[in-house]
Amino acid sequence: MAKLYFSEEHEWISVEGGIGTVGITEYAQEQLGDVVFVELPEVGTAIEKGDDVAVVESVKAASEVYSPVSGEIVEINEDLADAPGQVNQSAEGDGWFFKIKLSDESELDDLMNRKDYDAFVEGLE
Amino acid sequence: MGEIHSETLLTTPLDALHRELGARMVPFAGYDMPVQYSGILAEHAQCRDKAALFDVSHMGQAVVRHPDGFAAAAKAFEALVPGDLASLGEGAIRYTLFLNDAGGIMDDLMVTNAGDHLFVVVNAACKTADFAHMRANLAGCTVEVLEDRALVALQGPMAAKVLARLDPAAATMTFMTAGPLNLSGIPVWASRSGYTGEDGYEISVAADRAEALARRLLAEPEVGASGLGARDSLRLEAGLCLYGSDIDTATTPAEAALKWTIGKRRREAGDFPGAAAILQQIKDGAPRTRVGLRLEGRQPARAHTDIVDAAGRKIGEITSGGFGPTVQAAIAMGYVETAHAAPGTKVSCMVRGKALAAEVVTMPFAPHRYFKG
Repeated sequence: MAKLYFSEEHEWISVEGGIGTVGITEYAQEQLGDVVFVELPEVGTAIEKGDDVAVVESVKAASEVYSPVSGEIVEINEDLADAPGQVNQSAEGDGWFFKIKLSDESELDDLMNRKDYDAFVEGLE
Repeated sequence: MGEIHSETLLTTPLDALHRELGARMVPFAGYDMPVQYSGILAEHAQCRDKAALFDVSHMGQAVVRHPDGFAAAAKAFEALVPGDLASLGEGAIRYTLFLNDAGGIMDDLMVTNAGDHLFVVVNAACKTADFAHMRANLAGCTVEVLEDRALVALQGPMAAKVLARLDPAAATMTFMTAGPLNLSGIPVWASRSGYTGEDGYEISVAADRAEALARRLLAEPEVGASGLGARDSLRLEAGLCLYGSDIDTATTPAEAALKWTIGKRRREAGDFPGAAAILQQIKDGAPRTRVGLRLEGRQPARAHTDIVDAAGRKIGEITSGGFGPTVQAAIAMGYVETAHAAPGTKVSCMVRGKALAAEVVTMPFAPHRYFKG
């Protein structure tokens, strides 16, 4: 059973068997507006927690995506190259960005659960 | 994150309507303006496919009069711009530029022969300076700033059909002409012009009738509200300059590929501000030129991105760039050394350390579809 975590930078990570799937949250896609391009890392790249690992381009602007954990990129969502709109349509599903093999699962302790993230977003508005 | 609402921001007469329509409001040129309603891509398509309604009430509108009538007002105004205004027939509009003595562009604007006076529309961010410039330098003229008028743009291939339903006279107006219309009992001054590359109108209306007019237009099935976000992607595809980004006091009409705005008579007489510098540039070739760039992929290259040649040497900089929803590619405009300005020239745009392949292309990126009669 995958466990879901959220960062203050509006990324989500779903972790199962030491592999985390990372994307941006529904709130983040709503704030960005229509996504027209996503720049993803290369498979095999070693990432430190907090690194800017991807860039999401909306019609208006480019925004960096930070990795919520350290580890190695093991897969990227190739579908986003032709269908970046998936990030808007399904931010927390088909619009995932990359999968990362976690090097330190204790880093997940610094992240929020759904309830705490929802309260965090509420506080921003 | 979260929205910024400063108490010092001005609002347009359509402010309440924008909020009712669920607009995301952003500060722009001192005004609280709608950047989008449903989403920029949908609002862009609304304009290319049907008809889009934009609030552009933040722009400056003014009437310039001379006691001796239009000809005298036009002559006085020509001292500030390179356009041939004297030859404008009644109802005709000219796109022109306020120039400084070095030939730099202080603003771009529309000037209409409105019969016994000139009707002038300038950019929001420049309007205070423009009106002061006009008042100080238009010999013998009075400048009346129209503070109590809104400006809306109805743009798109169905704009004429919609407007003609309200006043049949709208149908026969041609591109770059203007005149009075009566839209379901609301008197307006309509210009068949715009900033999207599509056919359409810019409609000046009394502030207290603006919301009624906007609601009347939005009630037509072809019309949807579009915000400043779509306006920007539309004008970029149309190859139209954004003042403050693509042109400013450090650019001349020769560099900005706006030589065509210099009237033949004006060029021969050399009687506009900065004429010596600009005519010299036209004769010798300007050192840099505004060009269009089409990137190979979808990844946008935005303003201030360096443009480099095959050897990696910087040859220019992007001034506007993004994803073109109609052309379905990343597009940009910017300045390059004139030796690299020919269409077909291969260049690269340096985005976050990566060289994105691009080609100099002729603008517009999306064809203009103006109604020329």
